[in-house]
Amino acid sequence: MELYLAILIGVLYAAGIFLMLRRSMVKLLLGLILLGNGANMLIFLLGRITKGKPPVIPENTSIFTDVYADPVPQALILTAIVISFGLQAFAITLLKRVYVVTGTDDLDKLNVTDDEDI
Amino acid sequence: MLVAVLSGFITAFLLAGIGRFLKGKLSFLVSLLPLVLFFYFLQFIPSIGNGDRLYSSYNWIPSMGINFDFYLDGLAMIFCLLITGIGFLIFIYASSYLKGHVYLDRFFGYLSLFMGSMLGLVLSDNLFTLFVFWELTSISSFFLIGFNNEDPASRKSALLALALTGGGGFLLLTGFVLLQNIGGSSSIQELIGSAETIRTHSFYLPLIILVFGGAFTKSAQFPFHFWLPGAMKAPTPVSAYLHSATMVKAGIYLLARFTPVLGNHSYWNNTLMVVGGLTMVFTAMHTFFRTDLKSILAYSTIAALGMLVFLIGIGTQEALIAAAVFILVHALYKAGLFLITGVIDHETGTRDITKLGGLRHVLWPLAIAGMLAALSNAGIPLTFGFLGKDLIYEATLQSASSAYILTGAAILTNILLLYAGFIAGIKPFIGNLKNEFSKVHLPSFLMWAPPLLLGVGGLLFGIFPGLVDRSIIQPAVLAMDGGTVEISLKIWHGFNLVLLLSIITITCGLLLYFLTNPSAEKEKWMSRFEPVSPHNITLKLAKLFKLWSGWYTRSLLNGHLRFYVFVIVSFLIGLLAYKLFTGVNIYIDRSQFLDLTFYELIVSLLMLVSIGITVTTDSRLTAVAAMGVIGYCICLLFVFYSAPDLAMTQFTIDTLTVVLFVLVLFKLPPFLNFTNRKSKIRDGILSVCFGGLISLIALEVLNEKVNKDISSFYGTNAYTLAKGKNVVNVILVDFRGMDTLVEITVLTIAAIGVFSLLKLKINTKGENQL
Repeated sequence: MELYLAILIGVLYAAGIFLMLRRSMVKLLLGLILLGNGANMLIFLLGRITKGKPPVIPENTSIFTDVYADPVPQALILTAIVISFGLQAFAITLLKRVYVVTGTDDLDKLNVTDDEDI
Repeated sequence: MLVAVLSGFITAFLLAGIGRFLKGKLSFLVSLLPLVLFFYFLQFIPSIGNGDRLYSSYNWIPSMGINFDFYLDGLAMIFCLLITGIGFLIFIYASSYLKGHVYLDRFFGYLSLFMGSMLGLVLSDNLFTLFVFWELTSISSFFLIGFNNEDPASRKSALLALALTGGGGFLLLTGFVLLQNIGGSSSIQELIGSAETIRTHSFYLPLIILVFGGAFTKSAQFPFHFWLPGAMKAPTPVSAYLHSATMVKAGIYLLARFTPVLGNHSYWNNTLMVVGGLTMVFTAMHTFFRTDLKSILAYSTIAALGMLVFLIGIGTQEALIAAAVFILVHALYKAGLFLITGVIDHETGTRDITKLGGLRHVLWPLAIAGMLAALSNAGIPLTFGFLGKDLIYEATLQSASSAYILTGAAILTNILLLYAGFIAGIKPFIGNLKNEFSKVHLPSFLMWAPPLLLGVGGLLFGIFPGLVDRSIIQPAVLAMDGGTVEISLKIWHGFNLVLLLSIITITCGLLLYFLTNPSAEKEKWMSRFEPVSPHNITLKLAKLFKLWSGWYTRSLLNGHLRFYVFVIVSFLIGLLAYKLFTGVNIYIDRSQFLDLTFYELIVSLLMLVSIGITVTTDSRLTAVAAMGVIGYCICLLFVFYSAPDLAMTQFTIDTLTVVLFVLVLFKLPPFLNFTNRKSKIRDGILSVCFGGLISLIALEVLNEKVNKDISSFYGTNAYTLAKGKNVVNVILVDFRGMDTLVEITVLTIAAIGVFSLLKLKINTKGENQL
């Protein structure tokens, strides 16, 4: 399964980069989200995957008696998911604002300031 | 000694604060500082003369061998006396010259800063502290050249000087690092011990090239000489002090200081002889074509510096004695000439020699000073300059190889220097006084006394050379040459070849002076060569560099975000691929992998399809929905692989994102097809390469053993220490609780951002309606 996951991560990265290279701002944002998902999956995979052994200490014991999934990458990814939501929410509202003000989501039309001389 | 060096800096900082109270009549108080320092150094003359050395060390960065090691020997002594002695005269002169200037406090601040740095430079025994002070002198010189900061020419000259001396300083630093590595020490005195190792080292040539780079730019040697005439935009006291008597001699000091370490090698000697010789002849000729007094003095200063480099290059004991004497001689008469020019400029408003004449009637003390300086410069017997010139000829005549050429060059330079000295020191004062100058009056005592004092000094040392030979010159030569030196300077050497050469020099110089006149025509004639001068070539190079960097910046930073991403990703791919395929054995160990189950396959395929839809669809809503599906698939994968917390978080967040996206974007039109097929293919190839590389790296990492120390720490301590059974939760809210707090703060900031963006919309709409 690791092999397929690795390929899947590669595809997520490739799709993310491809979308980021588009001119549309919405696509840029989608690319960013896919790239973030890819990065989360990469960390998850590299922390080694384990089936059916969540890092929760069983009832009636105070330490693990069996093998368990690595909790550190999980804590890390959880933080990353939440933070990326903050970024996405901000970016989506920003995108809406830009669209309302400029009437376009073409990035090439946004790289000049109001003052053409600058 | 630390206090002596730091006093300049302390004064500079004090002046920044309380300077404005000193602007009035109290401004001469600042000049007490160099006077006190002058007497401080004077008291060491007897012990230095006996061959003693003063050494004191203060730790700075001992682990890297960088300390404030101050070392006072004969060579440092001669420079310390010049810096403080001439410094004192300059300070009192300037207090009158710039009387009432708005930035007088600032001026004295820079000047004290410079004096402190220059003292530090000549007293440092440590390569790196020497370098720090070296740069500080360049910086204070920059401020002083640009002191008239409203004049664009002044600013330009300051920048040019800083660029050249700063660039040279960079070379010098590299040279010092190299020297420390080869010699194994950053103390100059210790390096003398390993001089033989350094001279035979294979990096000797690059090393001396770097050191020369520093010394030649600082001391304005050909072809870097052109910043010095430009530096004459500074107020005249500064020209006299920095750009004639002290700072430009820092390069000479450096060469003299490193003669025992790096010298006595044919590369060293020949380069210095050729560069010094070329500089002195070339720039001495320039003086012949100038009409501005300061410009004449600037070029003759460069010629004198060239002469010093030339003498150090000859490197025999006679030459080093001549150099030590000439440093003193030159400082005395050239500072004097500059100060006289300053008074003339100040009182008449012009420095054009073709307009000046007869000023002896109105500025008589300066006429005397000018005559004394010009005579010393000419090397007329009974002046100090006579001794200097004799020693120079002795040195060139006794040099082993090509004595004729060297002597010839020295004679030619001396003839032209004599001419320049007479033009600056005598010509303005003789002849008939023009009407326009008849109302010129003698300035305050503070302005005419310093040049007169310098002129008298030249005469005094000339008649009684015993005042300086054993006490100052001898220890200085000792520091450069080592071994034993016995010097006794005599006024009269008897009739010999040297005297004959002196007579030839004086006669030719006087003939040149009486037969020719400086004129605007000659200057114009000279300006024809301007396009091929090193000055112009450097400016053109600078312009080309600016054009090139402009083109480079514009082509890389073209304002298209896509392009930046493209460049960064391509570079990353190149770097990663190179490292991966050259440094790692590509190998995939499938034996450790988990088996693929049916539901995992379904989820993976679903994800692939959704990614495909997101990338290719023309509708925003479809793309957002497909992205939501991708998120849910990831959520399922988390469930399969024992991460229930992640699954829950991913589920919530993914849902929220999709909802937000749809709410905000559903009104927007469908995607427009902005890009053409060609760029899609190009981006596609890049993306696939990048994705493939990531997959490959992930698989390679999976071959490595994983370190579970941290995980097992959390696993064993989650319940015993933090009383929680869900380890992921315990990490987030207990072990790393602080991080979570910060994360919440970030989210709050994002929320405030979102909120204000939504609020802002209403306002702008109002504006749009207007």
